[in-house]
Amino acid sequence: MIQLKVNGSAKKFDGDPEMPLLWYLRDVLDYTGTKFGCGAGLCGACTVHVNGEATRSCVTSMKDAAGKDITTIEGLGAKSEHPLQTAWKQCNVSQCGYCQSGQIMQAAALLKAKPKPTDADIDTAMQGNICRCGTYQRIRQAIQIAAGVKA
Amino acid sequence: MNRVEKVSRRGFLGTAIGAGALVLGVQIHEADAATPAWMPSVYLGLEPNGTAVIVAHRSEMGTGIRSVLPMVVADELEADWKKVRVEQAVGDTKYGSQNTDGSCSIRDFYDAMRQAGATARLMLEQAAAKKWNVPVGECKGQNHFVVHTKSGKKAAYGELVKAASALPVPKKDDLRLKPESEFRYIGKEMPTIDQADHTRGAGKFGIDAKMPGMLYASIERPPVLGAKLRSFDDAAVKGMKGVVRTATIEGFKPPHVFQALGGVAVLADSTWAAAQGRKKLKVEWDLGPNASFDSAREKAEILAKVKQPGKVVRNVGDVDKAFAGAAKVHEASYYVPLLSHAPMEPPAAVAEWRDGKVITYAATQNPQAVQEAVAGAMGIKKEDVICHVTLLGGGFGRKSKPDYVCEAAMLSKQVGKPVKVVWSREDDIKFDFYHANAGMYMKAALDEKGKPTAWLHRSVFPSIGSTFDASAEYGQEFEMGMGWVDLPYAIPNHRAENGAHKNHLRIGWMRAVAHIYHAFAIHSFVDELAAAANRDRVEYILDLLGPDRHVPIEPVGMKYWNNDQGQDKFPVDTARLKRVLQVAAEKSGWANKKPSKGRALGVAAHRSFLTYVAAVVEVEVDDRGRVTIPRVDIAVDAGQIINPERARSQIEGAAVFGTSLAMMGEITAADGRIVQSNFNNYPVARINEAPRVTHVHLVPSKAPAAGIGEPGVPPIAPAITSAIFAATGKRIRELPVRKTKLV
Repeated sequence: MIQLKVNGSAKKFDGDPEMPLLWYLRDVLDYTGTKFGCGAGLCGACTVHVNGEATRSCVTSMKDAAGKDITTIEGLGAKSEHPLQTAWKQCNVSQCGYCQSGQIMQAAALLKAKPKPTDADIDTAMQGNICRCGTYQRIRQAIQIAAGVKA
Repeated sequence: MNRVEKVSRRGFLGTAIGAGALVLGVQIHEADAATPAWMPSVYLGLEPNGTAVIVAHRSEMGTGIRSVLPMVVADELEADWKKVRVEQAVGDTKYGSQNTDGSCSIRDFYDAMRQAGATARLMLEQAAAKKWNVPVGECKGQNHFVVHTKSGKKAAYGELVKAASALPVPKKDDLRLKPESEFRYIGKEMPTIDQADHTRGAGKFGIDAKMPGMLYASIERPPVLGAKLRSFDDAAVKGMKGVVRTATIEGFKPPHVFQALGGVAVLADSTWAAAQGRKKLKVEWDLGPNASFDSAREKAEILAKVKQPGKVVRNVGDVDKAFAGAAKVHEASYYVPLLSHAPMEPPAAVAEWRDGKVITYAATQNPQAVQEAVAGAMGIKKEDVICHVTLLGGGFGRKSKPDYVCEAAMLSKQVGKPVKVVWSREDDIKFDFYHANAGMYMKAALDEKGKPTAWLHRSVFPSIGSTFDASAEYGQEFEMGMGWVDLPYAIPNHRAENGAHKNHLRIGWMRAVAHIYHAFAIHSFVDELAAAANRDRVEYILDLLGPDRHVPIEPVGMKYWNNDQGQDKFPVDTARLKRVLQVAAEKSGWANKKPSKGRALGVAAHRSFLTYVAAVVEVEVDDRGRVTIPRVDIAVDAGQIINPERARSQIEGAAVFGTSLAMMGEITAADGRIVQSNFNNYPVARINEAPRVTHVHLVPSKAPAAGIGEPGVPPIAPAITSAIFAATGKRIRELPVRKTKLV
């Protein structure tokens, strides 16, 4: 039996310990805000926080998630008012919106580690997250607004 | 099409299904039977509490269309946007075309949406006039109220719904459309309805759809197009934890159109269990004739074919005579590889076969195509396919081809439960309807100033027509009409030729379609000619475009496609193309940014989807040959713009999409099988590879609304490669750029 915390609630799981955390979140818990994009840690759509670290849930097995504290986009900000969520709306970042949960989770981890990121910090932190619609310049802008740094 | 009529509640949004049966953000509109909503149009209803329910009949894949068209309705209705609820339509021909493709939603439905809103507003005004016993001309809809202009008396829309619904629907001629000065939402920077949901993971996509009791399927498909299942062994799959059973899907009968590819499915209680089971399947195929298909060999064939005469598809003047007498000629061949759409959400749908009908929730650009394809697969009437449209995690043309929905429906019938099909990324890359690879040969005769007096352009590519006719070997009218036979330059002798070529893969349209390769060849060639003449590129293109005029396009053996629009309403207008070029040059600082070693600008101007776009791209090439794009300036004349904020976002995105295909995109086949599989070997632009900033300059225009989703794409690749030439002296005639060593 695997025990873990998801968005603050204790959970138990007795299924396949090799099942990626992504499918547990989506298929079992119905936290569908976390998206599938590649299944190989290449695109970042599935990014969640594991003990506060941005992690690709598609390549993180349930056995590796045991005992960990998981935060998904649904649990990021009280009433969805994390400064990044506010900035995202201000910049109208989303087009299709599919990758944006992962983008925001990745950016949230960046700001926790580097509250005032440089342009290069943003490049380094965000290059694992693909947006096929091409919203990158607004993602950068929203991170800078949330961090209170100048473009 | 634009006839407004009253429709019944049931007719409004299709067949109601069991309440609470599905967990989706887009819920069926629940009108209380005792106080029915009033639906004066298929696109619009008003509830007694005053809420305006506006139907989005087009699919939302990121363009903002499901917000923007309802804003047009709301504007003419004089609705308070806060009192509007948008509902996504099911597939139904009564809405007109729902095929969200070809950058035409605004162009085709702007008038219909205005009419729908104006009709309801007039009926509310008439109801108020009757109530107050005043002339209707003194009553005016205003922000969800009808106001009596003389007395200032007001009645909320909700109070008038009952009386208005008893009135006959006014004739189109009696409608009073609002003057531009009174627009509330049209032309304004309005945020879309989905922005907030997307910041909290609440948007519901095809991959998020669930039906009670559903199974998850993972499908092993024929590795080569047209391969047939010989046998399979599922002994190792049976008994695996979570696996319920296996099932086969019959292969398609040519032409493949949107039929399922066929294969063997593993059905399980989770996505993961189904995928694990699939790995244990042992499947034998009869591979068929496409098993010898090889991209390297095909490329050589195509580049040989373009050296030979083809079918003449446009012919002006006498090219041969001009070449014979030319002092100087310039020629070049170009090649653009196969490309995959790779939307971030792979193809995904859930479907249930129930009592001879199919109910599906699908990420689809075209729910009516879902109805047709699924009906064909199941042998039922298309009206018996109820297609609910979810949000789409990107589409780019892939999701107008509903083979994946057919798979879900076919499996559901076999297993007696709803079935969810989600393609893995590997499935998506390996079984796409690929953007065609194309070879182009260009030849120009030049006068003493380096200006062409004759222009020959041959193209060879597998046609999208092969999806619908297995024997198709020549381009379709629409492929020829995409930035090729409609070359707008002032050149007295011009011929275009199309060589025959057969497909060996599924070929389909992808964002900007045939414009991608035609624009790359034409604008690259123009850059070569300008370089040979040692001319400023912007001045050279302006010179090529010649005097301000409408260029009549008269291809050979077909009509000019022109997005199915007449050249009278949407002519090829050189003045508009010159204008966007001038704006892009001015805004980018073209005149003052002369190329330096490793840093330069490139430019291209192209008309597509009836929209005029010019892009100036700045590149930096470092001493290791790595390319970055610090800045792009794009000037756009798309006619009337309904939502400038979303128009800009589409063009920003197009610059990134264009960068991906220019710099890194390439699909190849070996032994009939696609080599690439995921984002490691089919890379797309990431934040550090995309243009750092794209400045979009919307050129004010009185022309009718044209396309915005696709036209930003075509000029990007040739502008990038022209900039690389200016920065490094390396001429790139084959995409993607990453295959050429720059230092």
